[in-house]
Amino acid sequence: MTTSPTDVAATGATPTETTTTREVRAPQMSTDLSTDHSKAVADGAHTHGRGGTPETSRASRATSFELADFAVPTGREEEWRFAPVARLAPLFDAAGTGLTGTGTQVTVVNPAEVQVEIVGRDDARLGTAGRPGDRAAAAAWSSFREATVVTIPAQAVASAATSIRVEGLPVAAGGSPPEPSAVHLLVHALPLSEAVVVIDHLGEADVAETVEIVAEEGAHLTVVSIQDWAPGSVHAAAHRMRVARDASVKHIVVTLGGDVVRVTPDAEFTGEGASIEALGLYFADAGQHQEHRLFIDHAVPSCRSRVTYKGALQGAGAHTVWVGDVLIRAAAEGTDTYELNRNLVLSDGARADSVPNLEIETGVIEGAGHASATGRFDDEQLFYLRARGIPESDARRLVVRGFFAELIQKIGVPAIEERLIGAIEAELERSMSELDALAPARQVEA
Amino acid sequence: MSTLEIRDLHVSVETKEGAKQILRGVDLTVASGETHAIMGPNGSGKSTLAYSLAGHPKYEITSGTVTLDGEDVLAMSVDERARAGMFLAMQYPVEVPGVSVSNFLRTAKTAISGEAPALRHWVKDVRTAMEQLRMDPTFAERNVNEGFSGGEKKRHEILQMELLKPKFAILDETDSGLDVDALRIVSEGVNRVRSSGEVGVLLITHYTRILRYIQPDFVHVFVDGRIAEEGGPELAERLESEGYDRFLAPTA
Repeated sequence: MTTSPTDVAATGATPTETTTTREVRAPQMSTDLSTDHSKAVADGAHTHGRGGTPETSRASRATSFELADFAVPTGREEEWRFAPVARLAPLFDAAGTGLTGTGTQVTVVNPAEVQVEIVGRDDARLGTAGRPGDRAAAAAWSSFREATVVTIPAQAVASAATSIRVEGLPVAAGGSPPEPSAVHLLVHALPLSEAVVVIDHLGEADVAETVEIVAEEGAHLTVVSIQDWAPGSVHAAAHRMRVARDASVKHIVVTLGGDVVRVTPDAEFTGEGASIEALGLYFADAGQHQEHRLFIDHAVPSCRSRVTYKGALQGAGAHTVWVGDVLIRAAAEGTDTYELNRNLVLSDGARADSVPNLEIETGVIEGAGHASATGRFDDEQLFYLRARGIPESDARRLVVRGFFAELIQKIGVPAIEERLIGAIEAELERSMSELDALAPARQVEA
Repeated sequence: MSTLEIRDLHVSVETKEGAKQILRGVDLTVASGETHAIMGPNGSGKSTLAYSLAGHPKYEITSGTVTLDGEDVLAMSVDERARAGMFLAMQYPVEVPGVSVSNFLRTAKTAISGEAPALRHWVKDVRTAMEQLRMDPTFAERNVNEGFSGGEKKRHEILQMELLKPKFAILDETDSGLDVDALRIVSEGVNRVRSSGEVGVLLITHYTRILRYIQPDFVHVFVDGRIAEEGGPELAERLESEGYDRFLAPTA
């Protein structure tokens, strides 16, 4: 595929100076989509702090538990500029009366070592992993009545994955669409515990969700969130993570189904030696909007973050957005961070936006960098494989599988890996059947 | 015994200035067991011939025919041509990230044979072919052409030729960019396939050097999109000493 790898190492920046890297918005998909830094530099859209347009620091972005502190988005705001705000509007709770729908159900299946509770909103453990960062997240916070709390006790090692199903209950045929609802989950890993938690989102829903993830000292926690909603669904999810000293969190986001899915994982390190590996995989079909906005806050020294998101798009109106903000605060010496986003556009009419931002307030770091590239399905790759006798549909499958293979191998949870391979196959099956239908016509042309 | 017949082949490519004629009536017949060297200066249309035979969409056949044992090659899709027995060793093989060489080879073999190869024999065949091409076993686990050196890419092309056993192999400047050691190894690979007597080879090259290792039965000189002169191996020797100048000199 014609990716344009762009790597920027921003080590050794002058202390106290804010360095912001900003990608140009990727152009419309009729031509090769690229967020190549070299081009960005050439047209002045890409800056590293000196001479460019100053950006507002991510640190100064408002966060609050109060709904009224966030205006109802219009689509012109930085954090909403790519989003279909009209579709998301029901989740903004413009009237301030709360998201009162009851059509979303949470079910947990847990191994014996893991505790599950349903608690009221006054539970002191809730709201400890940072504050909402946008209107939908604030609406989610102000609306929920009960929260599901999953606790991994200190030093416990979960013998199996904990499964949380967030399910939109079936809507009667011809009935009105689901009312907007709010869901609140807390995954709390106590010191030195180890667990895998898988959150599945399915059925049809219109839901604002908060997932709080708290990893205490030395905990090893993997959280997988799979958005595989039925068509018609709209989902805004705020994931807020706190990662304590020597803890490590693997945070995996998989977005496949749903009309509009917007996931905003925010992570903050609270102790030295902590690490986060954030992996994302998404596959957008015609008309789907899938948006992932990450914020990694390096507030303390010697923490490590790795972000790898990969997406494929096919069909008219398929739109994906990836925004990766990383802030290395002045105190966060010894930080090691790298983020990467790759998009593979399989057909015309799809659009991928990719915006990595890196702010560095100290030069005493191990490393900081990012890379972003969006490529079209490469006809030369296809020719090469077909020239070895491999039929076109199989060749496409090979290339797309290959594109995701490395990411899937990083997941480290075999059951999830197999499921994702299956899900990608299913997505491809859909496009291949369209392709096969075209095949006879094409051969006549040849 | 198979025959590849190219008759009066005209090919053009689309450029910004409109369609540009590259091949202007190529006639060539290749039979199993024969090796034909196609030589000529840059821009004479050698690679266009190679890619046109393989079915690259960039090239438009404006007239002429190509048949393989009477079957119309030009009516076949790219992969159908490969399954019919055509093979193109490319000058610039393409990277396929995330697809291992072993997976790629098995997939291609399965596509061409119409059934998955028996695992035990296949593993042995791959290992033997790789050893003969002095390819490290770890090569099989690398992604196709990703990070390969120029020599590794060409060995990988010849490895495919050995394993896929085509009826007709077109080698597009397989020698270019290789040092003498790599050239010898690659040539030995080609000669092993030739020794079966079952493959016809179209050896496209700019230089005569490779012809010291792969002895052609026929030499064709390509100039301006058609064959300007044909002969036996002695023609290559003449080109070696004289170069292409006499073909390029303006006719009085």
